Amino acid sequence: MPGRREFLNTLMRGGILAALGLLSGAVIFRSRDGKSCSYGFDCSGCSRSKSCMLPAALEARQTVWQLDMTKCIQCGRCATNCVMSPSAVKCTHAFAMCGYCDLCGGYFKPGTKILTTAAENQLCPTNALKRKFIEDPFFEYTIDEELCIGCGKCVKGCGAFGNGSLQLQVRHDRCKNCNECSIARNCPSQAFTRVPANKPSLMRGLGKERPGTAAKKGGVDA
Amino acid sequence: MYIVRCTSFFLLFLLLPLVTLPIQRFPKPEFETNYTQPSTQIPVPRAELLAYLDVLVLLVALALVSWLVLKKRSRLWVFAMSVFSLAYFGFYREGCVCSIGSIQNVSLALFDHSFVLPLTVLLFFLLPLVFTLFFGRTFCAAVCPFGAIQDLVAFKPQSLGSRLNTVLGIIPYLYLGLAVLFAATGTDFIICRYDPFVGIFRFNASFGMFLFTGILLLSGVFIARPYCRFLCPYGVLLNWTSRFSRRHLTITPKECIQCRLCENSCPYDAIDFPVTDKSPESRPLMVKKMMMLTVLVPFLVLIFGYTGSRMQDTLAGVDYRVKLAKEVMALSKMQDAKAGSREPGAGSRKQVQDDSFEIKAYKASGKTESQVYSEASAVLKKFYLGGWLFGGFTGLVIAMLIAGRMLPVYRKDYVTNKGRCFSCARCTDYCPIKS
Repeated sequence: MPGRREFLNTLMRGGILAALGLLSGAVIFRSRDGKSCSYGFDCSGCSRSKSCMLPAALEARQTVWQLDMTKCIQCGRCATNCVMSPSAVKCTHAFAMCGYCDLCGGYFKPGTKILTTAAENQLCPTNALKRKFIEDPFFEYTIDEELCIGCGKCVKGCGAFGNGSLQLQVRHDRCKNCNECSIARNCPSQAFTRVPANKPSLMRGLGKERPGTAAKKGGVDA
Repeated sequence: MYIVRCTSFFLLFLLLPLVTLPIQRFPKPEFETNYTQPSTQIPVPRAELLAYLDVLVLLVALALVSWLVLKKRSRLWVFAMSVFSLAYFGFYREGCVCSIGSIQNVSLALFDHSFVLPLTVLLFFLLPLVFTLFFGRTFCAAVCPFGAIQDLVAFKPQSLGSRLNTVLGIIPYLYLGLAVLFAATGTDFIICRYDPFVGIFRFNASFGMFLFTGILLLSGVFIARPYCRFLCPYGVLLNWTSRFSRRHLTITPKECIQCRLCENSCPYDAIDFPVTDKSPESRPLMVKKMMMLTVLVPFLVLIFGYTGSRMQDTLAGVDYRVKLAKEVMALSKMQDAKAGSREPGAGSRKQVQDDSFEIKAYKASGKTESQVYSEASAVLKKFYLGGWLFGGFTGLVIAMLIAGRMLPVYRKDYVTNKGRCFSCARCTDYCPIKS
């Protein structure tokens, strides 16, 4: 009796091991139409994307959450839906593409007549966006990360009236990298995506190239 | 130049675009003073190497606990390991990614080819299963932080009785089925969403979740490990694999002397008592039972499968693509009603929020109405098949539980139930025989 039971157990054990092996094999060696690759390029920009035979395991690097500004509509849910309080999403300034405008669409409420730093003029609810005079007529805008709550009001204003240099981004020193991002679940435009951890930023206009072209290219290395 | 800027500002004010792409409306100024432009700070995520370190810690912890349970048979050391796991996987790593949640990543990766499954997540899924296949559920004993935190509060465990245990034991199967269904369709990760302990590990639980966790931990004082026994979907997989484990924790290191000291030692009702009444069931009765089962199993599978497929709309209703399609449909109906009949009541009767963020995002994305509908119908189709599979699975589980209770058992000694035992090694302390 124990002999037969032992044999059946061994058989089942082998079966389960084989099933687990098949499962991981299917996941690792599946065909894929991947968006990201551990070699640091998007499939869209890769010359061999058509003939790429890399198993998925090779690109299965760590992933982190990031916000794609081409889809974002600045609904403000980033500020409220993150498991972190304040949110791990914050406004990030791409200085390289800022116009240093006196009348900054991201800083001032629409219809502001006198361009002063008075609280009633400011779009930012927490005074996180700082305005500093550089030279006539240019002003520098910096973000106090401690105060920023990621509501995206300035991002909306800057994108609508200015260059779009203020962008919402997941700050990875704060992000817990939840298995399923709680903001992504509530994002109305599905703007949250998993990106390779070695290319964690989806900011545009950071590089040396002209910001106008950077807008089309997508991810730019930090 | 300044005036030009001002006028363009107000012109653009009229055309408020929804998706704001960076456009170089204003050229970068050429500064005359020696102003240096600050660089944009982009924080880097946690190093990838640390994720592999987590896998290494998991591997070492699993090996160590297996050794402690099977060879050293020491509850004290197992307890010490569970404190370590709670500290490392719970409070330091803050619960993500855990083996329980990795079920969803693996099922999504199987069905969505664009989803990148990191190797570490796959290992988090596989390692505990493989260890369980050889040594029993040592992962539950002292590696899983969820089990560890509940083990700490199990002060006055009460026996629930075999009936209640069986009935409540169905919940994890349903949870597993739903989790796989929702993950495979790319709808939601419900295990992570309703994870009761991650809020504790991070000290930031929402009120509702905190209440749930509180109830779970308070009831855990009397019902030991309520999450592990009556909710954990990964526990189902571990239960299956543990039944065929090569080695497993035994109550006694040698021969059982029937002293009954261990009878009440297990807080999880995972000790099977001896059934010595070996009166063979009459042959006609066994044939009757067998015939009943051959009818019952397919019947339950079919009836539950059908019910599951009928729940297609309800299940798919939580999917964001289906939700959007519903909103778009309601919106277009409202617009049709407005255009068709000039009655004042027609439009206002059905108040559709045409300014919801979802609708705004849909308008900004430039998708056509039919695209949204076809996406949603594809999801609905998946849920039809998924509903059949989920329902059939539920029916099979219930049929198997009934079958398990119908079949005669014969057991000489007090033994651990290999499926349900968490290998916590409590019972070994009660056994008077020491090796």
